[in-house]
Amino acid sequence: MTAHTETSTGIDTRKLGMWAFLSSEALFFGALITNYLLFKGRDLQGIHPRELLNIPFTSVSSFVLLMSSLTMVLAHAALTRDNQRAARGWLLATAALGATFVGGQVYEFSNFYKEGMTLSTNPASSSFFVLTGFHGAHVTIGVLLLLSLVGLSFRRGGLTFEHGLNLELVGLYWHFVDIVWIVIFTVVYLIR
Amino acid sequence: MNRPIRRALLAALFALLLAACGQVTPMDSFAPAGPEAHRILNLSTPVFIIAGVIFLLVEAAIVFAVWKFRDRGDDLEPTQIHGNTRLELLWTIIPALILAGVAIPTVKAVIDLTTRPGDGMEVKVTGHQWWFEFQYPNHDITTANVLVIPVGTPVDLEMTSADVVHSFWVPRLAGKRDVIPGQTTYLKLQADEIGEYWGQCAEFCGLGHANMRIRVQVVSQEDFDAWVADQRQPAVEPANGTPAAAGKDLFLNKGCTSCHVIDGVSDTAQAAAPNLTHIASRDVIAGASLNFTEDDLKAWLANPPAMKPGSYMPNLHLSSDDIDSLIAYLEALK
Amino acid sequence: MTPIATGGVLRRRIPATGFWSWVTTVDHKRIAKLYGYTGFIFFIVGGLEALLIRLQLARPENAFITPAEYNSLFTMHGTTMIFLVVMPLAAAFMNYLLPLMLGARDVAFPRLNALGYWFFLGGGIVLYSSYILATAGAPAGGFLPETISRLGSAANGGWFMYPPNSGAQFSPGSVIDFWLVGIALAGVGSLVSSVNLLTTIFNLRAPGMSLMKMPVFAWMSMVVNFLLLFSIPIITVAIFMLIFDRQFGTAFFEASGGGDPVLYQHLFWLFGHPEVYILILPAMGIVSEVLPVFSRKPLFGYAAVVFAGIAIGFLGFGVWAHHMFASGIGPITQAAFGLSTMTIAIPTGVKVFNWIATMWGGKLRFTAPMLFAIGFVAMFTIGGLSGVTHSIVPADWQQTDTYYVVAHFHYVLFGGSMFGIFAGLYYWFPKLTGRMYRERLAKYHFWLMFIGFNMTFGPMHYLGLMGMARRTYTYPAGIGLEFWNMISTIGAFLIASSVLLFMANWINSRRRGAPAPIDPWDARTLEWSIPSPPPEYNFGEVPTVRSLDDFWHQKYDEDDLGRVTRRPDADAHIAELTEKHLHPEHRPHLPSPSAFPPLAGLSALGFAFGLLYHATPVGLGLIALGVVGLFASFLSWAREPLEENA
Repeated sequence: MTAHTETSTGIDTRKLGMWAFLSSEALFFGALITNYLLFKGRDLQGIHPRELLNIPFTSVSSFVLLMSSLTMVLAHAALTRDNQRAARGWLLATAALGATFVGGQVYEFSNFYKEGMTLSTNPASSSFFVLTGFHGAHVTIGVLLLLSLVGLSFRRGGLTFEHGLNLELVGLYWHFVDIVWIVIFTVVYLIR
Repeated sequence: MNRPIRRALLAALFALLLAACGQVTPMDSFAPAGPEAHRILNLSTPVFIIAGVIFLLVEAAIVFAVWKFRDRGDDLEPTQIHGNTRLELLWTIIPALILAGVAIPTVKAVIDLTTRPGDGMEVKVTGHQWWFEFQYPNHDITTANVLVIPVGTPVDLEMTSADVVHSFWVPRLAGKRDVIPGQTTYLKLQADEIGEYWGQCAEFCGLGHANMRIRVQVVSQEDFDAWVADQRQPAVEPANGTPAAAGKDLFLNKGCTSCHVIDGVSDTAQAAAPNLTHIASRDVIAGASLNFTEDDLKAWLANPPAMKPGSYMPNLHLSSDDIDSLIAYLEALK
Repeated sequence: MTPIATGGVLRRRIPATGFWSWVTTVDHKRIAKLYGYTGFIFFIVGGLEALLIRLQLARPENAFITPAEYNSLFTMHGTTMIFLVVMPLAAAFMNYLLPLMLGARDVAFPRLNALGYWFFLGGGIVLYSSYILATAGAPAGGFLPETISRLGSAANGGWFMYPPNSGAQFSPGSVIDFWLVGIALAGVGSLVSSVNLLTTIFNLRAPGMSLMKMPVFAWMSMVVNFLLLFSIPIITVAIFMLIFDRQFGTAFFEASGGGDPVLYQHLFWLFGHPEVYILILPAMGIVSEVLPVFSRKPLFGYAAVVFAGIAIGFLGFGVWAHHMFASGIGPITQAAFGLSTMTIAIPTGVKVFNWIATMWGGKLRFTAPMLFAIGFVAMFTIGGLSGVTHSIVPADWQQTDTYYVVAHFHYVLFGGSMFGIFAGLYYWFPKLTGRMYRERLAKYHFWLMFIGFNMTFGPMHYLGLMGMARRTYTYPAGIGLEFWNMISTIGAFLIASSVLLFMANWINSRRRGAPAPIDPWDARTLEWSIPSPPPEYNFGEVPTVRSLDDFWHQKYDEDDLGRVTRRPDADAHIAELTEKHLHPEHRPHLPSPSAFPPLAGLSALGFAFGLLYHATPVGLGLIALGVVGLFASFLSWAREPLEENA
């Protein structure tokens, strides 16, 4: 259904769909976070994540991800003003920041592996990697969505709010992934 | 409802079902033989009765409605009733009250039946694929498949598993409790009647799940003391030149000693298999799924994986002479 | 007019009929038929698995089936009936009916809707390919006899798949992985479908149809889709964790590695309990539509039935550990979950009472749908009561994991869900096909099935309490279990015969049944106001809704005392409606068929097989192809306009 059909709730149909999907994702991450919380306090063999976490480094990469939400908002604002070029630019910036975040995760994980904490060291390390790994996968998919939007913006008509995959929906997804990271960062890194 | 009436009702309700058998079967949860199983039946009987009454009332209402309100071919349309708030409240509150009434004894029974072990006789249970191991720490006895206990004595089972999740269930004595690797679970049971009670592993545990059974032998205190004394003896040494002695040699040479402990003979076994020191004192083998008889022993020793697929005991391709000797040895291990 | 697919990778004209039109369809009614026929084929397969089980159990110590075959049979039977039969059949009903009942032309996301079907089919293919492709073995250190299974190696850990038994050490080989990947894929399909249907219910109602004027079936569908939305992610997490344990050396559920087997049980049942409400609520919705029509009275207590359904949905997330009363959880936990389980009996009872009150004082016509609906109420009551007995925690310590609980869940899932589904299949048959089924044959189906069903599952209550554990390929002789097991087996064959009657009726009546008018039952809801079968766009003119049961009120006047009189212009009105819907002024725009949902489905299937063979080059290639295929399909989908000439 296109946006100009009246909806019973007054909310755009595709936005409603995205909210429904994100509520499901909230439970997905909720289960993973709960899993980490269950294992992090246990007495386990091998290196525990809390021994290796580098708060300063991860704070920087968290900041990077937060900034990407800002650029996402700016992209949305630009499109509202029908400024295609600015919107495209901010989308690229968001993708770049997101990719930087993922790069930081990869760097962090390879360091952990070098220090001897792997996926299978103990259930706490397993939960850590599964949780942050799935989050990183979601960020990566988000980067692909952003780049796809940029690609789509080159067709005739450019970016609009009308068509299926649109900036607003991707924005919702992106902000959600960011919020999940805030929870993960707090629960895993800050609360020891 | 007082106890005699309740018992009579119970008997009447289930007499029909038991009629074919004529006697109590070894896993009949309607024939409790100990306080834990009694407590459960005392709790569930009134609930079953209430459920039965509700069932009859609801089904009767359906049958009545079907008969009374069937279309008789006239032209009249029924009155369009959309609801009745009072009825809604009634049939919300009355079930809630019934459930509240049932909830209180339920919670009480849960607490009573799971209060952590106190002063019962301690038995450690270990579930294996596909047999139960029993250790009596106060008597230094290790046995398998058959749990021997004295009548009228509370027993505290402290349970774990060596591999996957199993469940220990002897219906005439108590409800079931899972046994979990890496964790300890507890079950209290007591038998107030001398006899034999059967059980079954009740958590799917792989290929041999159906064949993982339990026998509980309840004996008098004197018989139990005698049993303890016998179990603490070292393994019977067969006389030279007998078939049993040949069987013992086979036991030592065919690899059995890597898994089966026989006190004084193969103490360093990994204990991954039942302790055979006094196997002839038990009347079942192979997770209590076979009997300690010539026929079953032959079938088992000839090809364990064929009797219990997935079995950790391999097919040793024994000759039938070897099998006969081994059986002679096992029969000597009283 | 020939619908076309545009944009993206494919640019071709696709005709409106034929094989490819079905593959690329985005029409919710066709997708419903795809779900329906696929689900029914799996029903036959799952039923055959059940018959083999019952043949084995007809006699004690039987050797008809080996333990390994038996373990696969009961695992696949349960998995099939839950994930590949009841869920897709419910999806069939929701897909077909929701737009029609809500006065909509289509669902919110037609292509996403199609994707849900293809993922479901992919999951079923992965699961069933395990019979042929998967490998099983003895637990590490165990030995197998020469002939272990003549059926191949289908998944065999029980439909719960509890570790450590389902872990790498005790279930080597790939059978478990086939199950995990197949269910994960089918689960994503359900998730995708639930996003679509929820949005449809919330956003695509006809003008004037407030939520409290929606049919009860739509309400129950709403609750079901919320339950799916929130429970599928949890089973997905559990599945990933078990896959990681099996394949990547983690120890989430391995005690020796510091993990906790019981954690899996919690995660599984956090999904598993809402799942059982997902399985029953659609049938409850169907019965809530059928009973009023054949009682010629409105549903008694519409608001109560709706709110009871919502309450069941909420409470359904708070009872999960009642599946774990014997698992070593502490007494306080057990007591708490016993109480929450008792609580959920209350709204369930409210619904049963309202259904009976609907019939009470009515004018009952015992058509096949009505027989099945009444059968539902009667059988579900039994299953519900045995469920309440399970909430008596210490009693459950005897009942759980025995044939008593097998009896309970078959009463609610077969006597409940399947009876409800059969009621719906007969009820909406005229709308779907424009023809009437054969009433007498349908009645034979009902009675044969009713008798067979009770013969099969009634005795299981007794068998369980006499010591027969579940998931056992045999049982001891001489402990009183023989007679009722034999009765149960005979009953199973009666059920099978009755299904054959149903199939004969369906196949024959589809082509040769008497033509049906648009409103053969004098029904109450909007789907009966459009032609049978409906035009592709459903409504020529979108209706404006003034009340609950709006269609009924278009035909009948009702005074304050509840007396109804048929409007003199009712027939003319119906004829006028038929005309308006068949020949609308402006032919409504419809979404074009699309190749991308099936392409994405195929990519996901390739990806899934790639995962299963990840240790081989072919597997890695399939993973890569799958990822690329998914990405390309979704990108092309994004570029494809929903409607031609959009």
